[in-house]
Amino acid sequence: MALTGIQIFKLLPKTNCGECGVPTCLAFAMALAAGKAELASCPYVSDEAKAQLAEASAPPIRPLAIGTGDNAVKIGGETVLFRHEKTFVNPPGLAVLVSDGMDDAEISGRLKRFNELKFERVGLTLRPELVAVKDESGDATKFVGLIERVKKETDACLILMSEKTDVLAAGVKACAERVPLIYAVTDGNVDALAGLAKEHNCPLAVKAKDLDELSQLTAKLDQAGIKDIVLDPGSRGFRKAFEDEVFIRRAALQQKFRPLGYPTITFPCEMTDDPMKETLYAAAFIAKYGGIIVLSDFHGYGLFPLLVERMNIYTDPQRPMTMKQGIYEVGNPDENSPLMITTNFALTYFIVSGEIEASRIPSYLLVMDTEGLSVLTAWAAGKFVGDAMGMFIKKSGIEEKVKKKRIIIPGLVAAVSGDLEEELGSDWEVAIGPREAAHISAFLKAK
Amino acid sequence: MAFETPKITYTGKIKSIAIGKGDQAILLGDESSYPFHLFEGEMPNTPRIAMEVYDVAPEDWAEAALKPFTGVTEDPVAWAKRNVEEYKADMVCLHLISTDPNGLDRPADEAAQTAKKVADAVDVPLIVWGVDNDDKDAEVLRKVAEVCEGKHLIIGPVVEGNYKQVGAGAIGYKHTAIASTPIDINLAKQLNILLGNLGVPDEQIIVDPTTGGLGYGIEYTYSVMERIRMAALTQQDERLQFPMICNLAREVWKTKEAKLTAEEAPTMGDPEKRGILMEGVTAVVLLLAGADILVMRHPEAVKLVREMIGELMAAA
Ligand code: SF4
Repeated sequence: MALTGIQIFKLLPKTNCGECGVPTCLAFAMALAAGKAELASCPYVSDEAKAQLAEASAPPIRPLAIGTGDNAVKIGGETVLFRHEKTFVNPPGLAVLVSDGMDDAEISGRLKRFNELKFERVGLTLRPELVAVKDESGDATKFVGLIERVKKETDACLILMSEKTDVLAAGVKACAERVPLIYAVTDGNVDALAGLAKEHNCPLAVKAKDLDELSQLTAKLDQAGIKDIVLDPGSRGFRKAFEDEVFIRRAALQQKFRPLGYPTITFPCEMTDDPMKETLYAAAFIAKYGGIIVLSDFHGYGLFPLLVERMNIYTDPQRPMTMKQGIYEVGNPDENSPLMITTNFALTYFIVSGEIEASRIPSYLLVMDTEGLSVLTAWAAGKFVGDAMGMFIKKSGIEEKVKKKRIIIPGLVAAVSGDLEEELGSDWEVAIGPREAAHISAFLKAK
Repeated sequence: MAFETPKITYTGKIKSIAIGKGDQAILLGDESSYPFHLFEGEMPNTPRIAMEVYDVAPEDWAEAALKPFTGVTEDPVAWAKRNVEEYKADMVCLHLISTDPNGLDRPADEAAQTAKKVADAVDVPLIVWGVDNDDKDAEVLRKVAEVCEGKHLIIGPVVEGNYKQVGAGAIGYKHTAIASTPIDINLAKQLNILLGNLGVPDEQIIVDPTTGGLGYGIEYTYSVMERIRMAALTQQDERLQFPMICNLAREVWKTKEAKLTAEEAPTMGDPEKRGILMEGVTAVVLLLAGADILVMRHPEAVKLVREMIGELMAAA
């Protein structure tokens, strides 16, 4: 909310009639500012005041979508500078560049990699979302031909890039149903592109030479009724681009500066010729505020780390560092599957379950509440020891799920096996697993 | 509405520490802005990269990580020299793997001699890292501290369970202690207070927030580091105003994704480049969160990240 209680008060009737449930308009304004009241509770507020208040309470960074349906890439809508304050909501879209100046093999390769590079991880499919189609020929027919090809060969959301208004117009017409991002408004083409975006209801990117010019251009577009805007501050040196990302996010959130209250697009592909370095630039823009990140090409070795980073940075920071105690199924275990036990420190759990998953041997994993301590620390603290483990195993209900009563314990706590055997009784077997999680796969396969 | 550059003012400052000997000493910390926010504060000292050396040949490293160290993995001194001379490491981080009671369990004296030899062999500052076993680390690091007096090492991890013993070694022989806590701002602060009460000077404390690997909890580390910097710089939380070290290489390279071959994971591409970029991406994330020292492994990743630091430290 951009308005203070006093600012809101000025927009109210000031009659103090009390119908909103509080005695005075001022009290009501204060409640509104604090988010504790709804504007609708005052029957007398004017339409004009309503419009102003709605505008002021709009999200500070406009959320928007490129593409349609389930495939659409949602960007913007962020409310914080640091993820520990509140979750980052819309992960940046990752795009690969193709141009009508490239030879056929190059285009085929990039589109093929776009389609093939998908990674399964913790039940999610990680993949890139966008193809940026660039006009280098200046020839609308060629440009449209390439767009048609990308449409046919991929399900990608599209970014259309050209310096020529007529070429862009032809391109947008060819794929309007996919709601592409139009790139880009510059100083000379505001009216033409605003018209094009309006006609086809597509989001519009703005490229300027600095943040000043960028703000002026978006203000013009706003006046022209364009709401879905993506910002390119034009910086192509990495250092400057990093600064601009910080400034844009801060201007939108801290200064409530509307002209920069939009998601950004960044171009590591135009910052270096070295694909390794390009990956690191992209890594920085994932953490620091990129809305769309355009790469020159995708390779598994670079794309995979970026997708994992994106997933990590955009997880809910409130997610606890501990797992709930209980029985976890990895793969689809049955009554003959192996059974392992570990502690409830989240990182321990991730690593152990990841290794079991990698072994492709479905297993049961018992996670014991050790107050978030890792295996060795929990053992040293007397929380992950034979009698406690034994009691937990018996109470967990696992005995009804497995036929063979054999529990694999982490090799680091091999010393507890005697006590554990004693606690569990003679119908249980205690096996000592590997000391390092990395060896779990080999251990399971050897059985 | 005209655009005005949105700057913030900081009220706190990170303490500065010096490590290494004589004119080869390196200064760390002293930041008065968020990481690389040079438009509104200062970062007088460049974040540094330490390259790993193991005191015994590593057993389970990925092929790609071993290759650059062919011929030296059995010899910590030669390994350290290669890191410095060939790969231009700013520092060396010696991991005393051999002292692990659950492994070779070599005695403290022997490990300390290795540390001394490495410290003598290279000019750059040396970090000596234990095996995350409170008691053994206490014993080993004390000995290391004593034998390497005058080298201004960084030694750790120092944890709640052994801070008195290791801290005393740091005070007595003038080394910097790595205050290590499990990804928790309050625990980090608490340990810094304990070290201060013990008498470890502020210029001899560096914080290890505990590093989670990419895909294995890096986001927790990232956010705890950002919180620590925020408290230090904008809330004058004096007991959090310390430089930070991230021991990232082992977290990156121990994951299965860093070890899979091209046959096992065809979509993940060349294993060497994959490992390098997993390490590089992790390093970038940690730099942006406030790392002052990165402990890294692959020379190509080191090179890329060093260039990245250079670009981030240059005015736009
Ligand atoms: S209902 Fe409206 S006019 Fe009446 S007191 Fe409340 S805010 Fe004022």
